[in-house]
Amino acid sequence: MTYQNHIAITPKLVADHGLKPDEFEKIVALIGRQPTYTELGIFSAMWNEHCSYKSSKKWLKTLPTNGPRVIQGPGENAGVVDIGDGQAVVFKMESHNHPSFIEPYQGAGTGMGGILRDVFTMGARPVAAMNALRFGAPDHEKTRHLVSGVVAGIGGYANAFGVPTVGGEVEFDARYNGNILVNAFAAGLVDTDKIFLSEAKGVGLPVVYLGAKTGRDGVGGATMASAEFGDDIDEKRPTVQVGDPFTEKRLLEACLELMATGAVIAIQDMGAAGLTCSAVEMGAKGDLGIELNLDMVPVRETAMTPYEMMLSESQERMLMVLHPEKEAEARAVFVKWELDFATVGKTTDDLRFRVMWQGEEVANLPIKDLGDEAPEYDRPWIESKKSSMLAENDVPQMDVADALLALIGGHQIGSRRWVYEQYDTLIQGNSLQRPGGDAGVIRVDGHPTKALAFTSDVNPRYCEADPYEGGKQAVAEAWRNLTATGADPLAATDNLNFGNPERPEIMGQLVGAIKGIGEACIALDFPIVSGNVSLYNETNGKGILPTPTIGGVGLLPDWSQMVRIAFAGENQVILLVGSPANRGSHLAQSIYMRDLFDRKDGPPPPVDLAHERRTGDFVRKLIRLGIATAVHDLSDGGLAVGLAEMAIASGIGATVTDITTADPIPQFFGEDQGRYLVTINLDPQGEEIVALWDEAKALGIHAPWIGSTGGTDLVLGDARPIPVSALKAAHEGWFPKFMAGE
Amino acid sequence: MKSAVIVFPGLNRDRDMIAALTKISGTAPAVVWHQDADLPDVDLIVIPGGFSYGDYLRCGAIAARSPIMDKIRARAEAGVKVLGVCNGFQILIEAGLLPGALMRNMSLKFVCREVKLEVTNAATDFTRGYAQGQIIRCPVAHHDGNYFADSETIARLEGNGQVAFRYAEGTNPNGSINDIAGILNDRKNVLGLMPHPENLIESAHGGTDGRALFSGLLQQVA
Repeated sequence: MTYQNHIAITPKLVADHGLKPDEFEKIVALIGRQPTYTELGIFSAMWNEHCSYKSSKKWLKTLPTNGPRVIQGPGENAGVVDIGDGQAVVFKMESHNHPSFIEPYQGAGTGMGGILRDVFTMGARPVAAMNALRFGAPDHEKTRHLVSGVVAGIGGYANAFGVPTVGGEVEFDARYNGNILVNAFAAGLVDTDKIFLSEAKGVGLPVVYLGAKTGRDGVGGATMASAEFGDDIDEKRPTVQVGDPFTEKRLLEACLELMATGAVIAIQDMGAAGLTCSAVEMGAKGDLGIELNLDMVPVRETAMTPYEMMLSESQERMLMVLHPEKEAEARAVFVKWELDFATVGKTTDDLRFRVMWQGEEVANLPIKDLGDEAPEYDRPWIESKKSSMLAENDVPQMDVADALLALIGGHQIGSRRWVYEQYDTLIQGNSLQRPGGDAGVIRVDGHPTKALAFTSDVNPRYCEADPYEGGKQAVAEAWRNLTATGADPLAATDNLNFGNPERPEIMGQLVGAIKGIGEACIALDFPIVSGNVSLYNETNGKGILPTPTIGGVGLLPDWSQMVRIAFAGENQVILLVGSPANRGSHLAQSIYMRDLFDRKDGPPPPVDLAHERRTGDFVRKLIRLGIATAVHDLSDGGLAVGLAEMAIASGIGATVTDITTADPIPQFFGEDQGRYLVTINLDPQGEEIVALWDEAKALGIHAPWIGSTGGTDLVLGDARPIPVSALKAAHEGWFPKFMAGE
Repeated sequence: MKSAVIVFPGLNRDRDMIAALTKISGTAPAVVWHQDADLPDVDLIVIPGGFSYGDYLRCGAIAARSPIMDKIRARAEAGVKVLGVCNGFQILIEAGLLPGALMRNMSLKFVCREVKLEVTNAATDFTRGYAQGQIIRCPVAHHDGNYFADSETIARLEGNGQVAFRYAEGTNPNGSINDIAGILNDRKNVLGLMPHPENLIESAHGGTDGRALFSGLLQQVA
């Protein structure tokens, strides 16, 4: 076959590769000549937004990424955090938004596959997964199709791979009608002395290709992911990769087996931009050149061109640098697992990235410049406009019981059981808290008492109203959800989903959110150790809600002290820890306003980070002392929804009549931040509870006794009692009815 | 007592099963890779759950035709006990060690939840740890657990005490005929079931109802 490597590089060809004219000029200046066709493909793969972070890098650098427990921050396949006893947790969250919209089953499945690979590439065995999903309006024509495909795709991959899905989020909003979000999280466990990195070391060593064969799927995927959608999206279906969880499972076992032999010097999975990105990263990080011989690459289709091989995003593939004397041993491991093993190149000392094909050199580029010289933009941005507070008397009225039933049975709060029952939530036998609570919790396998907690959080409507406060809130809520189980929050991963950064108002959202995230992470000692940025989430010029998803990880030293959201018994005192003096007042941006009155005006509730931290630390102490019997943080729907969720989870009612004499609506449905519902088994008339209140008061924390558990109804103030069974029926009803088209 | 867990590529509850057998018996089972030349001399052979060969053909169909299954079939004929859970059950059916078929769940969706099981026949080596008719909790996690057989086979299974477990209290998660969750062979030394008793054996799992299956079995074959 003939391959036209030296073709004229026209402005149209450059534009088709997602490169701007000035970016192309920079390439020509860097290499001192016109690039070949293969080289143009390589540059487009390395310099797109997805791989280069060119719009966000300047701002990402401001995030706190260090801490006493952080072993590896951003820059590797995943972050690594010390959990004591020579063990570490490895985790990251990553988006697969565009592919999942075009082809939901494969898009979401390969998103899951990609993040699992990021974790085991570092030598860790995956032990937990989560996913944060955002779909268009429930009544949009595509929504049910997308929900069903995405959920089945994630389940199809994670279940077969064998990792429990322990948490996540599902939200609906018309702003995701043309661009859904699929953010997948995975965490693994590794011994701290057996962590593997991508930096190649040593000259003349074999570069080995492992795993599945290379096909034409996903060619140009990363470039596609870095552009807006238009009306031609169905034409982009071939850029979506096809997942094979069976191969991924074998690849996991083979990689861990191979790592145990001591043969591996460096390892990098082939994710976005496939062979190109993995080879360049390994070489550039180690200050080495890489020479690849494409004739050795295992292919599953005939007549593949070098361009296609370099840009293919076929899944379940790895690239490694191996100790040459261990090559035979390594090959035997892969033969056992029936996976491809091919030496496709070598490391060199000339800092060039050379690609050979049928005796021809089809690319010869400076390897460091491919990564380091990628454009970095200080894009113009404008600060998002702040909205003014609602007037104090602007409180739309509704019967409290009716409002609660409507919200608990609505699309925002309704149970996600329909979703999470399609995920294997208990495989590996370590799941202590499965989806439905504040955070998922798993035991640390082999340790008598340690457990890890996982949560995923962001409130896009808060971020839309005020990106800075929204960013803060996302971090605070993740920290709060971990705390509510009794865990010490350790660190977080961020998955920043925004629209087109070339528009100053979108760039302003990104900047504001990152500032808020950074401030909260510093105040809560909750560093960001890994992450992913997904921009250009727009269709026909309309952007999504700004959605900086935060994945948080916490450590429980002793899981026997863990608490859940379910009321633990009758006649227990319910405290509202962290309450403001008026119990609750912030209705703007609440779901009460949005879902019952179609109001989206006003600012989101502010987060007082110092108060947040004091309150969380106090709640965690009550849990550790065994005083707290159930804990639930307040978020969407405020106090009323929080109480209802605790009642539904336990089947036990509650009477909460000790509210202030002011309007009950803001008290029950306001979304004031930093609040926890805590039940305690202390005598409300006894000395111990007085001591607890004294301690709280000294810390500046308000913890009023608002009611007690018991009975079969939830009684809120003067509202009519609602049977817990009716709340449960409403809560469980929404999703199945929606998916059945009722 | 001696047991062996068979591992095919794509199985993923092998570790759960090994942990359960180890925790309950105090002894780790032999772990046998499907291509190993020897199947050790054991009293109990377990095929755990997962997605052997990706379940890309019919579930269990490829593993059922692998050479090690001939050895397992011979052992079963010699009276050795064989337990297949989830994908292991599908493999035993595809290999002809148990009758019937496991079809796609009636919901067409993967389902992971806790169900109730009735111990339909407690007079077997596998179920001796339970009382006849006892209702136990047990999780399921599968996409293809909808048991079906022709009416003659069903009548024979029912008449012969070969239905070991039945979904109870309206919790049938997959549409199985007669609520069948687990069946025995004619000789009652081969049991296949869709639910995962190995995932409910300690307080951390939220219950221990699955334990008696293993403890009863392991005591006898000691």
